[in-house]
Formats: sequence, C-alpha cells, structure tokens
Amino acid sequence: MIRYLLSRLLTFLPTFLGVTLISFAFIRVLPGDPIIVMAGERGLTEERYAELYRQFGFDQPLPVQFWNYLTGVLQGDLGTSYVTKRPVWDEFFALFPATLELSLCAIVFAIAIGLPAGVIAAVNRGKLFDRALMSTALVGYSMPIFWWALLLIIVFSGNLGWTPVSGRMDLIYYFPQVTGFMLIDSLLSGQNGAFASAVRHLILPTIVLGTIPLAVIARQTRSAMLEVLSEDYIRTARAKGLSPLRVNGLHALRNAMIPVITVIGLSVGTLLAGAILTETIFSWPGIGKWMVDSIFRRDYPVVQGGLLLIASMVMVVNLTVDILYGLINPKIRARK
Amino acid sequence: MKLRNLMASAGMLALIGAGASAQTLVYCSEGSPEGFDPALYTAGTTFDASSHPVYNRLVEFETGTTNVVPGLAESYEVSDDGLEYTFKLRQGVKFHSNDRFTPGRDFNADDVIFTFERQWKADNPYNQVSGGTWEYFNGMSMPDLIASIEKVDDYTVKFILNRPEAPFIANMAMDFASILSAEYADAMLAAGTPEMLNQQPVGTGPFRFVAYQKDAVIRYQRNAEYWDAGKPKVENLVFAITPDASVRYQKLKAGECHVMPFPNPADVQAMKDDPGITVLEQEGLNVGYLAYNSKIPPFDNPKVRKALNMAIDKQAIIDVVFQGSGEAAKNPIPPTLWSYNDAIVDDPYDPEAARAMLAEEGITGLSMKVWAMPVQRPYNPNARRMAELIQADFAAIGVGVEIVSYEWGEYLERSSSVDRDGAVLLGWTGDNGDPDNFLAVLLGCDGVGGANRAQWCYQPFEDVIQKAKITADVAERTALYEEAQVIFKEQAPWATIAHSVVFMPVRPEVEGYTVHPLGGHIFTDVSLAE
Repeated sequence: MIRYLLSRLLTFLPTFLGVTLISFAFIRVLPGDPIIVMAGERGLTEERYAELYRQFGFDQPLPVQFWNYLTGVLQGDLGTSYVTKRPVWDEFFALFPATLELSLCAIVFAIAIGLPAGVIAAVNRGKLFDRALMSTALVGYSMPIFWWALLLIIVFSGNLGWTPVSGRMDLIYYFPQVTGFMLIDSLLSGQNGAFASAVRHLILPTIVLGTIPLAVIARQTRSAMLEVLSEDYIRTARAKGLSPLRVNGLHALRNAMIPVITVIGLSVGTLLAGAILTETIFSWPGIGKWMVDSIFRRDYPVVQGGLLLIASMVMVVNLTVDILYGLINPKIRARK
Repeated sequence: MKLRNLMASAGMLALIGAGASAQTLVYCSEGSPEGFDPALYTAGTTFDASSHPVYNRLVEFETGTTNVVPGLAESYEVSDDGLEYTFKLRQGVKFHSNDRFTPGRDFNADDVIFTFERQWKADNPYNQVSGGTWEYFNGMSMPDLIASIEKVDDYTVKFILNRPEAPFIANMAMDFASILSAEYADAMLAAGTPEMLNQQPVGTGPFRFVAYQKDAVIRYQRNAEYWDAGKPKVENLVFAITPDASVRYQKLKAGECHVMPFPNPADVQAMKDDPGITVLEQEGLNVGYLAYNSKIPPFDNPKVRKALNMAIDKQAIIDVVFQGSGEAAKNPIPPTLWSYNDAIVDDPYDPEAARAMLAEEGITGLSMKVWAMPVQRPYNPNARRMAELIQADFAAIGVGVEIVSYEWGEYLERSSSVDRDGAVLLGWTGDNGDPDNFLAVLLGCDGVGGANRAQWCYQPFEDVIQKAKITADVAERTALYEEAQVIFKEQAPWATIAHSVVFMPVRPEVEGYTVHPLGGHIFTDVSLAE
C-alpha cells in the first residue's frame, strides 16, 4: 500500500508544473490588456501606460515573468491581485472554506440520496420505482441551475418563508471567523441559534448544487449494480440462501462501487472549482465568482494563482479516489 | 429572518454594542468592495463601502445634487488669479478608533497633506503600499495641476495650482480626496502593517468600520462623535453583498434588506405595484452616445452627421434596450448636471428628411461600421441590441451598417484611434458633477486620440469650454456651458442616445433616502420608521 501511495504521489510533480505553466499561459493568451481594462472609458496617457506596464512587470520577457512567478509559487507567494491589491493566497483562503463547506454538503446530500436510490432502482429493475426514479434523474441532470435555484427561492423563501433567501448566516449573528466553516464557527461562537441559522442557510444551496451529482450518482449506481447483479457469484450467493440485503448490500454494492467512486470523485473535483451560478444566486462568498470576475478583469495573478490552487485541490481529490480504489479492490493495489 | 426580529435582537450584536432601541439598516449591495482606501480604486461599489460611510472630504457633494458644500473645510477662498485655494479646516473633528488604533489628536492640516502626498509623491512611504496606482488622482490630472500643498497653520491648508482650473473644487469632493488619518498611517507603518489603511479604514465619516467578511457582509457602527450633529440616524449599517438582482428583489420582499440598488428593469413595474416597496427614481449622471469619426469623410460633414442623427428612433431604443429605464438624450450632459441647457430642441426623428439631407450632400450608397460594446453599462444595458436598432434605422434611409465588436480592452483601445473606421457606441458616467468632466474630457481637443471618440476638435467649442474652465464664477460658467451645448447640437459630433434612469427600491419604513445623482448610495440621513 505504501509503494502504491508513493507511486501516486510521484505523478503529482509533473502535473503540478504543467498546471503552473498552463495557468500562467492561459490568461495571457486571452485578448485584452489589464491596464486598458482597468482605465475603462477614461483611458490613460502613453506615459501613464508605460509606467503601469513597468510596475506590473510586463516589460520583462515572458520566460522571465514565468520564472519569477514560478519561484514565487515555490516560496508560497502567488502574487497580489491587481484589483484588490491583496495577496492572492489571502483572498483564496478567505473564500475557499465557503466553497468547500457547500461542496461537501452537496456531495453528502447527493450520495445519501443518490446511492440508495440507484441500488433500489437496480434491484427493482423495470418496475414503477425504477422508471420513475430514472426519469426524475434525467430531469435533475438537465435542470438549468439558475432557474431551479430561483424557483426554490421563490417557493421556499418567498412564499413559504421557511428558508432565508441568500447568504450564509443571519445578520444578527456576528462572530469572528476561525475555521471559515460556518457550521463549525457558529458552534464555536456559542451564540444561541447561530448553528441553526447556518444550517438553514445551507439547505437551498445544497439542494441546488447537489441536484446534478445526485442524478449522476443514482444513474451510475444503478447501471453498475445491474452489471454486477447479473454475475455468477451473485446467483451463487442467492442460491446459498443469503438474505437479499446481504447479497445486494455487501456482495453486489461493494463490487459496483468502483465506477461510482470515480463519478463521485469527478463531481467533487468540479464542485471544488466553485459553482459560479449557485454562488452568485445565493450570494455565497466562494471562489467560483471570484475566479470569473478576475478573468473578466484580466487580473492575471488571481487567475493563474487561483487556477493553480484549484487544480492542486482536484489533484488531492484524485489521489484520495485512487487510494479508495486500492482499499475497496485489493487487486488494484496488488498490481502496483 | 425578518427585520422586526433583527431589530429586536440587535442587542445580540455584542461586538457592535447596540443598545435596546438600536436600529440596523441593511443594504443589499450589488458587489464587493475592492478595498477600503477610496484613492486606490475607481468603482462605485467600492466608494459605497468606503468613502461614503467611513470618510469625509474637504468639501462634499450635497446628497441628491451635484452642488459642492463644506465638509471638513468650513470654508475656502480662491485667489483672484484662480491659482490659490485656501481651506479653513473644521476644528474638533474626531477620527474613528479600532482595536489597533486610538487617535491621539483631532483632525488637522497634517491629515490633509498626508492624504494627497501619498498619492502624489513617490518618496511618501505610502506611495507604493497596496500597489498604489492612484487611478483617479492621475486620471483627474492632479499631478500636473497641483504645484504645492502648504500647511499655513494647523487648521489652514493652501493648494497652489499650476494653472487656474475651476473644476478643482469639485475634484476635492471626489472619492479619491477622502481624508485619511496621518496618525493612523504612521502607527500602521511603525507596526509593519501599512496595508491596514486599506483593510481596516479609519476616517471621520458618519459610520465607523467594524468588519468585512469577503464577498458576504460589511458591518458599520454609528460614529457617535460625528461632527455633523444628529447624524447618522441609524445605529448599525450592514451591507449584505448580493450579486444577483432577482435575489436582491426577493430579499427586499422577504424583509432581509431595506434598500437595494440596480433592480432588473423588467422587475420595476412589479415593484411599483407592490405596496411593500417604494421605488425612488432619478436620471443617472451619464450619457450614452454614438460617436462618428469626425476626421473621416463623409462624417467630417456636420450635415451628414445631423442627417444620420435624425434617422435614429430614440424612443424605440428607450423602450427596447432600456425597457423604460432610460430617457432620450438631447444634450451631451445629463439633466441632473448644473448648466444643462433645457432650451435646446432635439433633432426630430424624421427618416424622410434625413434621406433628403443625405441626398443634398451628394451621399448615396453609404455603408459604415457601428461599434457595439461587449459589456453592460448603465448608459447602455445592451449595446448589441442598440446597434441592431440603429442598423435598421439607417437601412431605412439607405445607409448600410456592419456591426462590429471587440473584447472590452481591445474595444476601448481601438475606438480611441484617430483613423478608426465608423461610429462607436460608448458613454460616460460623471466623476465630479462638473460639466467640464463631460464636455472637456469627451469633446475637447486634448481628448482626440483618447476619450474623445468623435475625434472632434472644433475651435469655437474648444474656446468656450477652455474659458469656462478658468472662470471661477458659477453663473458665468453656466452661461458658457449652455453656449457649448448649442454649438454641440449644431455640429452633432455624436448622436446623443440616452441617459439611464436609476431606480432605487426601498422598504416603506425607510425614511430620508435620497437618490444621489453621482451614483453613490449614502445612508447618513436615513432612518427607519418604527
């Protein structure tokens, strides 16, 4: 297992370097000059342009700029945003906990409902439940997020008044951010009702963000289960007289898990990159909107640094998925 | 959470220290501030969160108008040659305190000098802090304009200019001229945390900054020692950052906020019909225009430009592009700006006459480019759609139009070029409520190849605006700018399209809110009815 882990870790380095280069190049390939965008309709004089050009270091050749960026990254310095003038690192870690908290809730929600639903559908293949579930999953998968979120807000926040419209916490609660996770910070604050408020604020965004992963997980679980259920050893297990729960839950599900975990891993990776629509609609202070705004403003340090950090997170998730494969299927770790 | 509960439980704001009867005003702002030092930035969203609540300036814009009134300076005098501005400072004005800093003295001349020198002098220790590019200080040509700033005594400061410039006093009311504490700056420099000036602002303004959670909430508390007695009215001010306009509307309806800016134009009618919402409105301090390139034939001929202007159906544009949240423009400056010449009659929409005028000038089979901006602006919410309407209008008089567009940075750069092809859709939002800020910046000879997209340098117009620039008397300046607008109308370097109308939906319990023509959202005078 340790050798397996090491071999996975070694693939990290070239990927990391590649991501650094791509994130650096990507934003510079786009047309649009950050200085001109910053000046807007007013424009600026040639002398002023030249001054800012030097200040931002654009007068250096690209390889030198990249080298400066790379050595900065290796020393933990991702540069400073052109717009807010704050270190990219600080901005990222002010926002990332919000994205992480919401992503985790969404994926837990998706797994908690999607996985059992997929199993039940597979076991009851062709019956009403199966067909109803699969058509619902198709609807969920093709749901326009923006419309779905507004619909939920109008019904549950507007008409029924059950959930808050947006934000992470009622404004009456005010406490310092310790971890950046509202669920934890609200408990640490010791303020009555703060935790409940954090939960209430999470409900709608979790549902909206979890809808597509839920549908994907349910469908993937169902098809993986169907494949496994037709195997000989399942027939043997049934013939031995094992209870259906034991057959389906233990023998079948465990073997159906590999493709399901792959899908879950991919979903987590996507969610961590920030859910721009969900974050915008629910005024959720995460990294999705931050990245998109920065691309429009051609805020080079934020875009390249943010991409690098997000890619690193996704690589960590992939590594976790690889480790899980090894845990579930001994054949995989033995091969290495 | 309903506001009633919010107010009832305001006492829970332990850190904010609210009293039992404390009122909390919640503003659903449209975006996050870039920082809290206004001189570093140019965005209105940033100014709403920094210069308006936290700071004051030597002179201020009276809320709701573009008139300049005393602020931290009780009065000022201008020398006869227009080169010296002497400000008498208000005494006994206190700066805010926070957990890093408690002021040891009142506001005085040192604060004024620090405020400007850090933006101006490269050897000021704060000149490079936070990557300072001082966009507005430079953009308003302050380095060229100011010869020196002198401390006459603790409560008198003299600005000496290189040339007379009447708009200077309006510049002093702009956000970049917000007065910071020199004492706080020194303390933060000594502590090795100079960036705190931008992150934990200390000013003399109506509200004290408490905390900012990035992209989520900004909290302020009433400045109990505010120099303008009796203000502000509410104890706590909270900005709940809500980027989506539909969600802001839902929050306003649900009572999660009291005031929201920038509604969707499509929602405005429903808001007006809702008894739980009051919609305030005013024309914005902006203009959207189509600028011909007056250096290139046939657009160098004023009659051709005039004919094209008469072919544009502005009312259709207001209905379709602005969905009613705009007003047809006849002058290059908006009606909320002083010296707006209301006596001017707009060119009629008359395609037949337009076609005849073109024929008279010998123009047949003309085809041209119309540039459509790739971004949304208050003065033009949908440039592509506007360009299509103009295309159809011009087609009706036999002029072919090709619509072009570029990425925003490219667009700004290419459209400035003197030999640019075709007519450009663009606009302007006023900075300082001075007509010079529209007429000289956008139509003066200095702007050719830059902000003057019509590349229009017309001496009779230039003479008038240059004279107005060095005239101190407001009545005289008004007459000059009115004359400039007449010349503009005759020469027609642009088709003036529209001024936006700003809508501000507020809850009925909100009292004393005034829509500010300069675009700021200001809560100093706002109170909440029980």
